[in-house]
Amino acid sequence: MPRRTMVEAIRDAMDVSMQRDDNVVVFGEDVGYFGGVFRCTQGLQRKFGSSRCFDAPISELGIVGTAVGMAAYGLRPCVEIQFADYMYPAYDQIVSEAARLRYRSAGQFTVPMVVRMPTGGGIFGGQTHSQSPEALFTHVSGLKTVVPSNPYDAKGLLIAAIEDNDPVIFLEPKRLYNGPFDGHHDKPVTPWARHALGEVPEGHYTVPLGKAVVRRPGTAVTVLAYGTMVYVSEAAAAETGIDAEIIDLRTLVPYDLDTIVASVRKTGRCVVVHEATLTSGFGAELSALVQETCFYHLEAPVMRVTGWDTPYPHAQEWDYFPGPDRVGRTLKAVMEA
Amino acid sequence: MAKAAAAKSKPSVSAESPRTGDNSVTPEQLRQFYRDMLLIRRFEERAGQLYGMGLIGGFCHLYIGQEAVVVGMQSTIDSSKDAVLTSYRDHGHMLACGMDPRGVMAELTGRSGGYSRGKGGSMHMFSKERNFYGGHGIVGAQVPIGTGLAFARKYRGENSVSLTYFGDGSANQGQVYEAMNMAALWKLPVVYIIENNKYGMGTSVERASAVVDLYKHGQSFGIPGEQVDGMDVIAVKAAGERAVEHGRAGKGPYVLEMLTYRYRGHSMSDPGKYRSKEEVEKMRGERDPIERLKKRMTETKAIDEARLKALDAEVRRIVADAAEFATTSPEPDPKELWTDVLVESKPAQAA
Repeated sequence: MPRRTMVEAIRDAMDVSMQRDDNVVVFGEDVGYFGGVFRCTQGLQRKFGSSRCFDAPISELGIVGTAVGMAAYGLRPCVEIQFADYMYPAYDQIVSEAARLRYRSAGQFTVPMVVRMPTGGGIFGGQTHSQSPEALFTHVSGLKTVVPSNPYDAKGLLIAAIEDNDPVIFLEPKRLYNGPFDGHHDKPVTPWARHALGEVPEGHYTVPLGKAVVRRPGTAVTVLAYGTMVYVSEAAAAETGIDAEIIDLRTLVPYDLDTIVASVRKTGRCVVVHEATLTSGFGAELSALVQETCFYHLEAPVMRVTGWDTPYPHAQEWDYFPGPDRVGRTLKAVMEA
Repeated sequence: MAKAAAAKSKPSVSAESPRTGDNSVTPEQLRQFYRDMLLIRRFEERAGQLYGMGLIGGFCHLYIGQEAVVVGMQSTIDSSKDAVLTSYRDHGHMLACGMDPRGVMAELTGRSGGYSRGKGGSMHMFSKERNFYGGHGIVGAQVPIGTGLAFARKYRGENSVSLTYFGDGSANQGQVYEAMNMAALWKLPVVYIIENNKYGMGTSVERASAVVDLYKHGQSFGIPGEQVDGMDVIAVKAAGERAVEHGRAGKGPYVLEMLTYRYRGHSMSDPGKYRSKEEVEKMRGERDPIERLKKRMTETKAIDEARLKALDAEVRRIVADAAEFATTSPEPDPKELWTDVLVESKPAQAA
């Protein structure tokens, strides 16, 4: 089976979807001729023509707004916001229009669109190229929010997102584009070509939205993670020797409560890990869900390991980033509680 | 499509509405315009009454005074394929699109018989069947959506257009200009209709816009624009035909600034301190679109007293029926709270 980077897998998902359905159009800033800032759309314009893969002006609100109109008429736009940090101007259209047309038209109009955006830090992008704004989407009813952690899932989830009849926010951890980065920034990253999850089947397949997966079975403590933090958590488990059960959520909304509950009831402990800031982050939602559903099985408080409540720093990036040491310390603390 | 260069032709921006002769409109069309405008007027008056009686909750923005704009524009499109969408002052647009007055009024009263089964309210109604895409409560947010609707029509090779309405207030929203640029860049069949009723809530155009001639606002994108007497349904129709034809011919977007006026407040809670009573009375007395058309029809003998009375009675009957329906239609089923959120709507709370 071919091994692909996450960039190639994402491109392949769009390619497959565009081949299968003429309603799929792909556009955004630098997406057509240039092939995308991270090259996720490279070659699509040449293959499908400039009516189906094209450049948009630097107008995030206009990009998402026109995509809402296209989708309301039955197209399936898959748009790219160049960095998740550029999403804020588009937030009005995402929240007030994309997420809400179905409800306020009582189901007459739906918005089958995908907004792809690279998310997270680890590339010294500073505060405007490193943020993880997933909680701004999970808080909005009427949206689905997906964060893939590997090439296989990225392709299958993106095809599922494009085929979904609701608006899907598709956050691509940019630090994972080329390999399963585990937070050890001083060591070279294993390329996807040498990782099992870099195996990406040809053609069409989907990974269903709303289904988590256990990445590392264990008995001592449940770790809820997504995106880059899956590998950071794996490293922390390996380095501490704690038999953690690591769950990769894959889809934040709708979340897979069954998988979470089954694991926490088994281990009796839970740590939530994300790169985004702590306060009102998605980890708060996960912690609340775990205590609501697993309270009498818990042997220790649910703990969170996250970015600090600061803007994303430049020089001190690795002090902000919740790496394997920080996760490992919390795993130990929860085991000793 | 994306590579298509912006319109090369020099934009024609004109404050003159070249008047097509009235003979381009048949007496039958005139009577239809009169009836359609009167329906909106009486519907809105009734909505105002129901609001006063506490049967409509929240916000309610009446279209009284502006009827000629939607009625004239609607006569220029094919409602079986062309898209229409607007802001929150939307009741008139829905009636002009041929939506059922019962369903519109029942949405105002928040009943299950409303177009959005009570989920939307006054500002948020839709009809897939009539190609009406809302009803948008965020000022200007409908403009990129209308532009995307035009894109989708062009993409599919359909010769249809998108009538995208907004007000003088929206005309200063950034997303309007993002959309205009994209429409011109991609030559999309969208007609931007700016209903300039002189006030964005309580702020006059002069206090909000550096350039008060809003038909010029598409100039920097090469979009032709004209200013139209929006209180004259025949002038609206003539300008609308030019704009729609421009779109159908593949020439891209067009801006129509409709000079119009709302007699009532911005919403039901508007004290109206930002304009004089005399100003309102002058517009109502001298420019009223319905009275002007009535006068014209009477003078040209396009209608007689008996037919006027019959139309009046018909409209009153429709409005009374809509109000009756809207006050007797059941309240929404409690389960409706959780439906239509996502395709397989079943949040944990509803389980």
